[in-house]
Amino acid sequence: MAEKSEAGCARPTGGLVGEPDQTQEREVPQPTKETKRMIQVGKAAPDFVAPAYHQGRFTSVKLSDQLGKWVALCCYPGDFTFV
Amino acid sequence: MSVDSVFVHKMWNDHELSKMVEGGVPFPMLSDGGGKVGTAYGVYDEQAGVENRGRFIIDPDGIIQGYEVLTPPVGRHVAETLRQIQAFQLVRESKGSEATPSGWKPGKMTLKPGPELVGKVWEVWKTDMASD
Repeated sequence: MAEKSEAGCARPTGGLVGEPDQTQEREVPQPTKETKRMIQVGKAAPDFVAPAYHQGRFTSVKLSDQLGKWVALCCYPGDFTFV
Repeated sequence: MSVDSVFVHKMWNDHELSKMVEGGVPFPMLSDGGGKVGTAYGVYDEQAGVENRGRFIIDPDGIIQGYEVLTPPVGRHVAETLRQIQAFQLVRESKGSEATPSGWKPGKMTLKPGPELVGKVWEVWKTDMASD
């Protein structure tokens, strides 16, 4: 688990590891080239880092820090949804 | 992981989820505001601005072994996820010499793929084993 993060007023965001920080500069979209990454079983999971809440603390999670363990990554539409 | 902020995660955990699970959510609740991670995993619905219900099994080498994605109204079955992880763990420990047939659960028989099994699966595996 990564170190505790301070809770500032800015909303923390994460992103893919190795991608340019889009909060700094916005890339001009290239209409000619479709570079959407697709996931595939048997292939590497895209690495990312994301802010997280865990057991009373704000922290962050980097997928590649979990190497050596089995990971179940789950996502859902939103907090306080019913299912 | 959802597009909610860690602050909303805290409120949901503290005010609702901790009433379902003693001690609250035991694993990290990740925030993917903007859906960058969800987009890479193919679960981000740009129109709705939220992620669909996705579940990815990632092995100790960082390889995706399986995934399931559902639209929002239908929930997952956690026991099935655990069963799949147990199956992938067994296969990994056997270094690929064993495979788990349809309906496999821990303790049930595995298959050992090889020339002698070709055309003989019917002798050891029955269709009712797929769903019992």
